[in-house]
Amino acid sequence: MTDTRSHAVRAVHISVDEVELAAELAGDEGRIATSDIAEYALWLGDDALILAQQLGAWIAHAPELEEDVALANIALDLLGHARSLLRYAGTADGRSEDDLAYFRDEPEFRSAWLFEQPNGDFAHTIARQLAASTYLCVLYERLQRSGDPVLAAVAGKAVKEVAYHRDHAVQWTLRLAGGTDESRRRMITATGDIWPYVDELFRDEPLIDRVGDAAVRPSTLRAPFEGLVAPVLAEAELEVPTRFTASGGGRRGEHFPTLGYLLAEMQVLARAHPGATW
Amino acid sequence: MVIRDVLLTRAEALEAVLGAPPTVVPADGTDLERARAAASTVCDPELPVLSIADLGVLREVRLDDGVVSVTVTPTYSGCPMMQVIERDIGRAVRAAGLADVRVRTVLSPAWTTAWISAEGRRRLEEFGIAPPTGTRPIGPIQGGLHVRCPHCRSLNTREISHYGSTACKALYACRACGEPFDFFKDH
Repeated sequence: MTDTRSHAVRAVHISVDEVELAAELAGDEGRIATSDIAEYALWLGDDALILAQQLGAWIAHAPELEEDVALANIALDLLGHARSLLRYAGTADGRSEDDLAYFRDEPEFRSAWLFEQPNGDFAHTIARQLAASTYLCVLYERLQRSGDPVLAAVAGKAVKEVAYHRDHAVQWTLRLAGGTDESRRRMITATGDIWPYVDELFRDEPLIDRVGDAAVRPSTLRAPFEGLVAPVLAEAELEVPTRFTASGGGRRGEHFPTLGYLLAEMQVLARAHPGATW
Repeated sequence: MVIRDVLLTRAEALEAVLGAPPTVVPADGTDLERARAAASTVCDPELPVLSIADLGVLREVRLDDGVVSVTVTPTYSGCPMMQVIERDIGRAVRAAGLADVRVRTVLSPAWTTAWISAEGRRRLEEFGIAPPTGTRPIGPIQGGLHVRCPHCRSLNTREISHYGSTACKALYACRACGEPFDFFKDH
């Protein structure tokens, strides 16, 4: 670039070389997912969608204004991931992201039970965030190298965002666990209530064998998850809870009982006024 | 600044403080140059101080057989302004006399604050938003990033909240002048 160009032209210079551009095009919307990869995209997309919907319910109810804003921003990131993933999943059979979000019934969702756990009190939401964001960090870190270019592109963006979500969850975990007697009591209860739902995240369903290197094998994420979360729980002086392990079954369409209520609230407007826009 | 007229729009207020946006569509020049310049006049509605070119959201403008193809990438995955930006690009390019314009959004390579131009950083700071520091935090607990107060230039600042008014910002306060301000997070 020469200095003789006008300011206007300098401002529009875009430094994209041909190699980068080829990578961009590979991740473009023109690609159609196979039915198996679409199913895997639904796992991830539904996890993000359900968690986003849950966090959105905190707006105007969080302990302080900054937390309304923080949880809403986290929800917005997750909604962005969900939209990309559902849009891609829909290419397999011609459904739109809205078709998938608003017009599927409970057994057609593929979210894991951790993401379906109710908000509870603020400590429950933070315990859920600690587990969920840590899992999403290790998942997207690996999924960036997916053999599927669209999943790799979504993960490459998401991995930076979920790192912020984890920062937020870790800071609150330490603050609540090390705060007052009441906040510590609640954090202990919440961790104990949430942790039984972590195990499901690391189970390999038959689908994983069929999608090959497009997916990250869930069982391989357990060790890096533990590696990240154990020091946080130790610093917070929280015991790793091992009370029981929930049955789960979200990947097969068997859901925690509260999911139906969440879906009813999320879907009622779209179903009452199909195709409505503003 | 003193707001003299409550009817002043946000864009007008910005222009009063910062001067007109730097990008103008040249009347002459090739179709491609005009298309690029027109696309570059578009701003993120949540950051009207920056053009999408300065923000690094505008990735490429091409002209093939009379069709203008504009490629953009979102800052954050959930950016709610992408549809508005896509619409505004279409309008701006058509207003420059190029009727056939297509805008597409790509996710990869992922946007980074490293793509914000030097001019963009300068305008952010003048607007009262501390620009990214260029040092991405490592590890779960952020150390003391040297975020400079855009009002008094003090480095004695503190984070109030990890998240601010939009996904791309955190909320800070200055210990020296006492003013709160937005910090455009390194990403």
